[in-house]
Amino acid sequence: MSAGVELDHVTVRFGQFTAVDDATLDIKGGEFFSFLGPSGCGKTTILRTVSGFLDPSAGKVRIGGQDMGGIGPNKRPTALIFQNLALFPLMTVADNITYGLRVRGMSKAERMKKAGELLDLIALPGQGDKLVSELSGGQKQRVAIARALAVQPKVLLLDEPLSALDLKLRQHMRTELRAIQQQVGITFIYITHDQGEALTMSDRIAVMSDGVIQQVSDGKNVYDHPDTPFVASFVGENNPFAGKVVSADGDYAAVETPHGVLRGRNDKKLKAGDRAILFVRPESFRLGGGASDATLASETISSAFEGNATHVFLKGATKKDITVTVARHGGHKIPVQGETAAIHYEPAMGVVLPEGKMARE
Amino acid sequence: MSSRLLVFLIPFAVIAIFWVMARSEKKLAHDPTHKSFFERNGMVLGITFIMLVAFWSLFLVVLPYLYMVVESFHPKLPPMQRGGPDDHLTLEQYKSFFFEPMDGSLNTTHMGAFVFTIFTSVVVTAFNFAICYPLAYYMAQAGSLQKVRLIMLALIVPYWVNEILRAFSLRLLLASKGLINQALLGLGLTEKPIDFLALDVGLYVGLSYAYLLVMIFPLYNAIESLDKNQIEAARDLGAPWWKIHRDVVIPYAKPGIASGCTMVFMLAAGSLAAPQFLGGPSTLWFTSIVYDFFFQAFNWPRGAAYAFILLAACIAFVMLMLRLFKVSLGETIK
Ligand SMILES: Nc1ncnc2c1ncn2[C@@H]1O[C@H](COP(=O)(O)OP(=O)(O)O)[C@@H](O)[C@H]1O
Ligand SMILES: [Mg+2]
Repeated sequence: MSAGVELDHVTVRFGQFTAVDDATLDIKGGEFFSFLGPSGCGKTTILRTVSGFLDPSAGKVRIGGQDMGGIGPNKRPTALIFQNLALFPLMTVADNITYGLRVRGMSKAERMKKAGELLDLIALPGQGDKLVSELSGGQKQRVAIARALAVQPKVLLLDEPLSALDLKLRQHMRTELRAIQQQVGITFIYITHDQGEALTMSDRIAVMSDGVIQQVSDGKNVYDHPDTPFVASFVGENNPFAGKVVSADGDYAAVETPHGVLRGRNDKKLKAGDRAILFVRPESFRLGGGASDATLASETISSAFEGNATHVFLKGATKKDITVTVARHGGHKIPVQGETAAIHYEPAMGVVLPEGKMARE
Repeated sequence: MSSRLLVFLIPFAVIAIFWVMARSEKKLAHDPTHKSFFERNGMVLGITFIMLVAFWSLFLVVLPYLYMVVESFHPKLPPMQRGGPDDHLTLEQYKSFFFEPMDGSLNTTHMGAFVFTIFTSVVVTAFNFAICYPLAYYMAQAGSLQKVRLIMLALIVPYWVNEILRAFSLRLLLASKGLINQALLGLGLTEKPIDFLALDVGLYVGLSYAYLLVMIFPLYNAIESLDKNQIEAARDLGAPWWKIHRDVVIPYAKPGIASGCTMVFMLAAGSLAAPQFLGGPSTLWFTSIVYDFFFQAFNWPRGAAYAFILLAACIAFVMLMLRLFKVSLGETIK
């Protein structure tokens, strides 16, 4: 059984500091929903507000349509997986997993049966008698998931649960988490600063910056149709070209940049004269010249061979280089250092956004 | 040679042991480049070190107690006859705790005082724990830094006042014509003054107060290192507050609890001032009896025997409790 989570103009302040600023969201039951943002942007604060450890300074949290005001964390249909897991070190694996059932008064025999089932679910059969300290990082991770699932929450809240694992394990756990979610069918709210995790696992993503939700959409949309310069620069690699809109025709706008007038999609309906940033992703560039308002040329600074692709860095107008990712499909001559190289892109792959704050490099 | 003087052979044995340890250190190091104790310090300095450590451990730590042990196995004799033919090893001092030496009847006075002392110390320890645990928990997990500092100060400052002053001011509060009785009379809550001191209220309060810090700091240290997320995890899984304490905080803080309780119990059972100043007129504290044997009756052997009975009983009791609560002795001194 799952339940949706609604944030209704939720604001959380610590003294003068606003950690979450007027967040409004509607997370559907059974959805895998991620909050993505850099460290310190207020993700944990949102999660703690949903789980009941923090009260919103303004606004309401509703779970399954029910207002959670005044309901403590031990009474909410949520279960939280902590960033450091917070397993109980003095209890065995089985006791950890069934702790929530124990406080609900379930008998020992029933609990042990339940522990067996959950250990099977997390692929640790027969390991119930071990101490937590005897487990590996990945196994602890799974025990934490089982402990949270044991109380049959309607919403599972996960706070960067994979951040302590090494890369290989992290990638493996992504698939596993997604599989578990599909199996139990409850709402997952997942927090991460790793865009790869958010993009691969989630049905929808909320991108956050400094306590403000920038965009809520599915992964593909967030990547292809960013709403703000922050989203464009935080999710994936991107090349910004700042300037002024010189003409806007229908779906496209031309921006006067230090590299000449360049064209891109005008999703935000900017008008001539507006300050704007055109974003073109490294993989959208092709070597060589194309249409005059989608071609630029600059000096080659360096290139980095990466096997399946080569990154070429061209001198940009700002301190940041222009990155061009050249896929390996033969015939390309990678420009050498010092050589002036022309590059072009499909105008549909450029995005013109109103000027705004970008993610820190 | 008198058996008393046997004790003085022990220093030589200890020095010999240190010597052997210093010599064998090199062999145990399993490291060919490791220099032996004497190579490192030189012969003269090495010997001086050994002598100093031996002196310290013997004359200040071991010997005084050993001497008292030996003393407790001797009869009480006037100074002239010590070392004479009547000075023999005997268990009579220990026996006198159970049976009156005069008529062989059961020594109910002393055994009663002993039981009362142990019982009261247990109650004081439990009472102290009940007060200190919530306070320590608040300081370690819940309170803001400023409030914790303030509480810490409020706890420590009263200990700048010396023990006698503290005991007597408590007496003033609790006396028949004291502040509390005046207040109770004034409010009409009682007809005639309650004799708190005769009811041993003063004793309990005084003893608990005297060892408050001894309880609170081990508890605070233990609880402070507990990850807050563990408490929140338990809460998130649905545990009400008291189950969080039962299942998460107390098991984690068990070594600190054991260490605090052990110290308070030992100190309370061996305390002298608080029971003397705050006990009721008919209250007989065991250490007061020991004190009287030493300084009133000049019966050192019997005083020593009584002191060791108390010590042995306390150690046995503490060990039993540690075993019962499955804490190892090593954990309590972490
Ligand atoms: N209890 C608190 N008191 C004061 N400031 C806090 C508190 N908790 C979090 N903050 C601040 O709120 C901001 C967001 O924190 P957090 O939600 O933990 O970020 P994230 O999880 O995205 O890294 C941070 O700047 C942090 O310093
Ligand atoms: Mg966080």
